[in-house]
Amino acid sequence: MQQFNLLLTSLPDGILLGFVYGLAAMGLTLIWGVMNVINLSHGPIIALGMFGTFFIFTNMGVNPYIGLIPIAVFGLLLGVLIYFVAVHRVIDAPHLSSLLATFSVNMIIIGIGTAVFTTSPYNVDFNMGSFKLGSTTILGTRLIAALISILVTGALYLFLYRTRPGKFIRAVTNNRAAAELMGVPSTRILALSFGLGTMLAAISGALIATFFPFNILSGGGYELKSFVIGVLGGLGNPIGALVGGLILGVLEGMIPAFLNTSWVPVIEFGLFVVILLVRPNGLFGAKK
Amino acid sequence: MKNWRNHLGLLLPLLAVGALAIWPVITDNISNRESAFTILKAIALASSLNILLGYTGYVSFGHIVFYGFGGYVGLYFVNEQGWSIWAGMLVGGISSGVLAFLLGKAILRLRGAYFALATIGVNEAMKALVNNLDIFGGPIGMTLNFSVYKAYGGAAKALGMAFYIMAGLAFAALIISHIVRTSKFGLGLQAIRENEDAAEVMGVVAPDAKTWAYVLSAIVPGMVGVLFFFKNGNVEPHVAFPLHASIELLVMVMLGGQGTVLGPILGAFAYQGMRGYFVTSDFFKDIQLSVSGVLLLLIVLFIPAGAIGWLRQRFPALRRVLA
Repeated sequence: MQQFNLLLTSLPDGILLGFVYGLAAMGLTLIWGVMNVINLSHGPIIALGMFGTFFIFTNMGVNPYIGLIPIAVFGLLLGVLIYFVAVHRVIDAPHLSSLLATFSVNMIIIGIGTAVFTTSPYNVDFNMGSFKLGSTTILGTRLIAALISILVTGALYLFLYRTRPGKFIRAVTNNRAAAELMGVPSTRILALSFGLGTMLAAISGALIATFFPFNILSGGGYELKSFVIGVLGGLGNPIGALVGGLILGVLEGMIPAFLNTSWVPVIEFGLFVVILLVRPNGLFGAKK
Repeated sequence: MKNWRNHLGLLLPLLAVGALAIWPVITDNISNRESAFTILKAIALASSLNILLGYTGYVSFGHIVFYGFGGYVGLYFVNEQGWSIWAGMLVGGISSGVLAFLLGKAILRLRGAYFALATIGVNEAMKALVNNLDIFGGPIGMTLNFSVYKAYGGAAKALGMAFYIMAGLAFAALIISHIVRTSKFGLGLQAIRENEDAAEVMGVVAPDAKTWAYVLSAIVPGMVGVLFFFKNGNVEPHVAFPLHASIELLVMVMLGGQGTVLGPILGAFAYQGMRGYFVTSDFFKDIQLSVSGVLLLLIVLFIPAGAIGWLRQRFPALRRVLA
């Protein structure tokens, strides 16, 4: 009974966090789907999003949810820049090249970030109140973050399926050579996709910063979570990432009721490897 | 020595490691010995990784898991069961090899980036698992009982001895690397790297060959782990399984030239030397990571074959020596 109560209190929180994790993973999986590149600079960009919230709210006093807009624009531009500087030349090279190229971007951002912000923790003192739902307390910031994540996912879906650039992105995902033959400007589309991926990372970081303390290195943990979620939902399937995030959130909410919290990563990464082996296209992907 | 020309490639690597091993003895300087120890450790690890990465073409992002796992197992036997460091290293190397065998049977079926992701997952899962194992001291890790050093004539002597063992391990790693490169087995691995399906058609039993390459690349890191934690005096989960150290190894192999015996040695030299310089310089101290990142990016973008690979392409006459 005690376990059941514990479950009831931790599960809603896990679900809400799951949506935000899903948003971060969506950026990673979008990039993977379009250009078969695993973006190892994902974590530091999440961290930059966190610092974005910190500066916009703490230094400028603007509401962090309005601050999401400049952070998103910044994320998009940064992604386009990273694409042209680091990724474009190695996009057809073996995987090792693109992995190391994005990792070198990771090192550059973390290096500059460490010099500017140091590695001491930051905290955004922002509160949206809380309310009781049965026996559990739900923080307003987390509820809003989850709602914004769903909203952004919806917007991404509409963009990909209803607009011309979105259709181009899907065409390049399917078959780049064929898309080029049909007159799709593939370089611009690849840059845009990379930018969208980093934009989603920056937004999720900005949302996470409203309820967790962070430093320049905290992006790494969310990057690893994004890998797990991406594989759960199927790499290259942005909408699946939201479901994957939800699964991870539920797991994180459930496991502490039965086991010590320190077992959570064991189960997460164990599951990750098993799913890679058994269903590399994700739980919902087509079986090869 | 019939066909001695085939082994010319071993000359420069042996000289390089030999010079590193003798350098602290000649200068009789403890700080030099520590620098040489770090470089030798990097050489042993990078050369081992090269067997999988350079020859077989599989990108292992979590290779450090063998270093951490072997190190933990070996240190456990040295510290808790009173085994000697030799027996500890042996059991550390064997356990890493066995882990690689079992893992290899499962994850080597994955190709390209999926394999790279799986190795990251394995490393993180192992780190989290060790964090929960009370037998290994959980999150606190294990601290070596100081009396362990007594059998080797006190701590100072033991540290000196650790240096020579590390030099031996670096030698072992590069000799394994050379033997694999010049053997028929290694030829099979390189065929897998170029085109796995074609290699299978030509009669290379790819799953077995890959698994054995994985095992070979795991044994020396396991032994290095035991020796390093023995010298350090303690081991903790986040020290034993640092993901960034795995990536540093990849950088070393890339820098020097993947798929060559000399490449990882040169890469280890260059990377550790560069890091040592940046960390101590006033100007680069704070942004040393960024500078390394820029250098890495330039290498990946413009000389993907690494220094040795580039030299081999430019000066074909040197190919025999720069193997």
